[in-house]
Amino acid sequence: MGFRRLFPWLGVSLFLGLFFFYPLARILWLGLNPASLANLDLSSLRFTFYVLRFTFYQALLSTLLTLLIGLPAATLFARFDLRGKSMLRLLTAIPFMLPTVVVAAGFNALLGPRGWINLGLMQLFGLESPPIVFVYTLWAILLAHVFYNTTIVIRVVGNALAHLDPRLEQAARLLGADARRAFWRVTLPLLRPPILAAALLVFLFDFTSFGVILLLGGPRFATLEVEIYIQAIQIFDLPLAAVLSLIQLLCTLAFSVLYSRIVTHMTVATAPRAAASNLRRARGWREKLFVGGMIALLLALFLLPMASLPLRSVARLESARGERAAVSYGLTTDYYAELFVNRLGSLFYVPPFEALANSLIYAAVTVVLSLALGFPVASALARPGRLERLLDPFLMLPLGASAVTLGLGFIITFNKPLLTGHGSLITSPLLVPLAHTIIALPFVIRSLQPALASIPDRLRQAAASLGASPRRVWFTVDWPIVARATLAAAIFAFTVSLGEFGATSLVSRPEYPTLPIAIYRFLSQPGGLNYGQAMAMATILMGVTGLGILLIERFRLPGAGEF
Amino acid sequence: MKRFFFLTILVTLLLATCTPKGPATLTVMTHDSFSVSADVVTAFEQANNVTVTFLKSGDAGAALNKAILTKDAPLADVFYGVDNTFLSRALGAGIYEAYASPLLANIPAEFQLDPQHRALPVDYGDVCINYDKAYFADHNLAVPQSLEELTRLEYNGLLVVENPATSSPGLAFLLATVKHFGADGYLDYWRSLRANGVIVVDGWETAYYTNFSASSGHGPQPMVVSYASSPAAEVIYAETPLTESPTASILAPDTCFRQIEFVGILNGTQHRALAEKFVDFMLGVTFQEDMPLQMFMYPVNPAASLPETFVKYAPLSEQPAALSPDLIAAHRDQWIAAWTEVVLR
Repeated sequence: MGFRRLFPWLGVSLFLGLFFFYPLARILWLGLNPASLANLDLSSLRFTFYVLRFTFYQALLSTLLTLLIGLPAATLFARFDLRGKSMLRLLTAIPFMLPTVVVAAGFNALLGPRGWINLGLMQLFGLESPPIVFVYTLWAILLAHVFYNTTIVIRVVGNALAHLDPRLEQAARLLGADARRAFWRVTLPLLRPPILAAALLVFLFDFTSFGVILLLGGPRFATLEVEIYIQAIQIFDLPLAAVLSLIQLLCTLAFSVLYSRIVTHMTVATAPRAAASNLRRARGWREKLFVGGMIALLLALFLLPMASLPLRSVARLESARGERAAVSYGLTTDYYAELFVNRLGSLFYVPPFEALANSLIYAAVTVVLSLALGFPVASALARPGRLERLLDPFLMLPLGASAVTLGLGFIITFNKPLLTGHGSLITSPLLVPLAHTIIALPFVIRSLQPALASIPDRLRQAAASLGASPRRVWFTVDWPIVARATLAAAIFAFTVSLGEFGATSLVSRPEYPTLPIAIYRFLSQPGGLNYGQAMAMATILMGVTGLGILLIERFRLPGAGEF
Repeated sequence: MKRFFFLTILVTLLLATCTPKGPATLTVMTHDSFSVSADVVTAFEQANNVTVTFLKSGDAGAALNKAILTKDAPLADVFYGVDNTFLSRALGAGIYEAYASPLLANIPAEFQLDPQHRALPVDYGDVCINYDKAYFADHNLAVPQSLEELTRLEYNGLLVVENPATSSPGLAFLLATVKHFGADGYLDYWRSLRANGVIVVDGWETAYYTNFSASSGHGPQPMVVSYASSPAAEVIYAETPLTESPTASILAPDTCFRQIEFVGILNGTQHRALAEKFVDFMLGVTFQEDMPLQMFMYPVNPAASLPETFVKYAPLSEQPAALSPDLIAAHRDQWIAAWTEVVLR
């Protein structure tokens, strides 16, 4: 195993080693040393089993539901040419960076006991109590997970589908297969690697779910992540928290190993095509029904819960509050104006554009850093050797590490200066994009890897045999094909960074709050003005991230051509 | 690809150098709810030729745990934000150096829970049930005047509380019931509350903004476990100027739990003299008068006068429930676990 093969791994190993594995090991060791383990209560371990079972159960259900919606949606975006497609795709991407507290408010405005669907039904049928019980049920958890993660399936699978060589399917049709048979026997098998990659990402996200469980599932439901938070922060039982964290990490590792085992036997290199060559308008009533139905479904799933936020940010309660029947609203721009006012002269007041700027700077650093670290590794993984197969599953571990555990690990690791004579890293504002990069890396790698793997080696060999240098080969063969995947990866990193709250709240400096932090600050004090400002901030966050995604998508990378 | 690698190295090195050490910087670690007026801090900085840096470290529990985990190499000189429910954990871990501030002489003894003066009281408040005035008026319903009355049928499904395992007001309200019904009676009380449709949510934000009918979220429950100061905040942060708060607190004996928050000098500080000055500053009248509108807590220094909105809209309970920090520390986890079994399972 020469230096050549190790080289792509240097950056990532150094980065994850220093900022992920080392702090994690420190905190786990603190909790797991033999002395503290001796005091561990066996009954608490039995409880752990129930928590683990529920964690697994809800993650599995959520993933299946997400695929059920995401795969047809990916087909819609990859195969059909329709007006307003980029806006529709944008709509599905925005939830990914909305803080859970805002999403919970959105779902409540729609489906809560006093949400407008329940109020409407009550009025229509003269009911006494709300007919739909949604909040604090398993369905709320599942729907919120679908709402958050469908975009992962759309991006990862849709991207692969868009570039699939249509001639393979055409060949099957020529040989007598009908459309359905061609799909099941040709298209779907070719799509298995990206589908599995997307499913793994979605599953891990749901497996470590925290905010959704607390805010929409309520206190009756607990995942491992929720229990870790309770044990580590509220009860301060570090040994039990460490055991739970370790279980969560081992599960993550097991799923990732399983994934890489399966996927290495599946990857087939085909000649990728320009996305446009796969696009066409819907033909026949079946296709039209599919396209129309999917558009309606996506609008209902994504637009309705989100619409209440911008609406609420310009609506003022008019009538006396507390009247249970009718609540009337008046239009106002007060909340936006108030964002610029430091009413009580607080030291920690941050004007909205500054919070926005902080968020964007953090996101930009995250995009650059995670692409820089992820690209070499994804290239290496695309042509895996023994080393790659061994290291691959470890790259997914950041998704399985509890934010609380890692946060405490950061504290005990970086409270002393790395180099003598300098400040400690823990007080540096750059810790935020570092933490975001840790979370974004698995997404970046998983978006790039399938695209890189799909490039047939014979194209490279052909280029090389025609006299191209390795660098030239990369720029003329690899780059045009992976340029779009790079954009998808960049969008992932961008949105992960903009929406991240858990790790940010543990490591951020109060002078440089991000938009999600600012939203939480408003929601932590009573008063209509605070609530309105939180909604206004959330609307700004949605608008800016939406614009950001559109810009990245419009960005024509040099030499990227039609891919 | 070499470039990427060097970029990584460069960024790593940059990170280590980006916090320059000033000659006089005092670092104050707090929980996320801490706030203060900018000019009050500036005045302290100018008077003492010092730069004050605040390090917010999560909720009250998370901030304390961080202080404990880093006690060998403390991140700050002063730590503010331990309350009486966490006090024993902080004192037991030995994170504080004792400091008998001269200003303690003015502060009532009831707030001085640590006789060794490692943790000094700064502010206090009551966790109380807030109610929606309009709802009770419209329904000709009397406002409940004791914990017992909350189990009556007419209040079925009208109260939302926070989970004590994840929320500090939730824990405070649980402790009020422990104080009132005793360690062997509070579970029966919670059984009847559960039978009477009490709603449990994870935290204050959800309880107040999603479930409470008098907040902007206009939820379904007209009673919520919040703070005695919340009605004042509703007036100050009203969308349209109000002459009356839409909410009020139930202040009947034993229905509220008193929270006291403390400050202390962290063990191993390099700036002991400045840290003492900062603690004195927090106990002094300027900070104490600024704090109510910033944090919606009440000053422990009797010389500090309350803002008008507090006097008008945020009266405190005359007989709040209280438990000794040692008792809380000894039984908190067990009380929460038993509560979880009875109310949530």
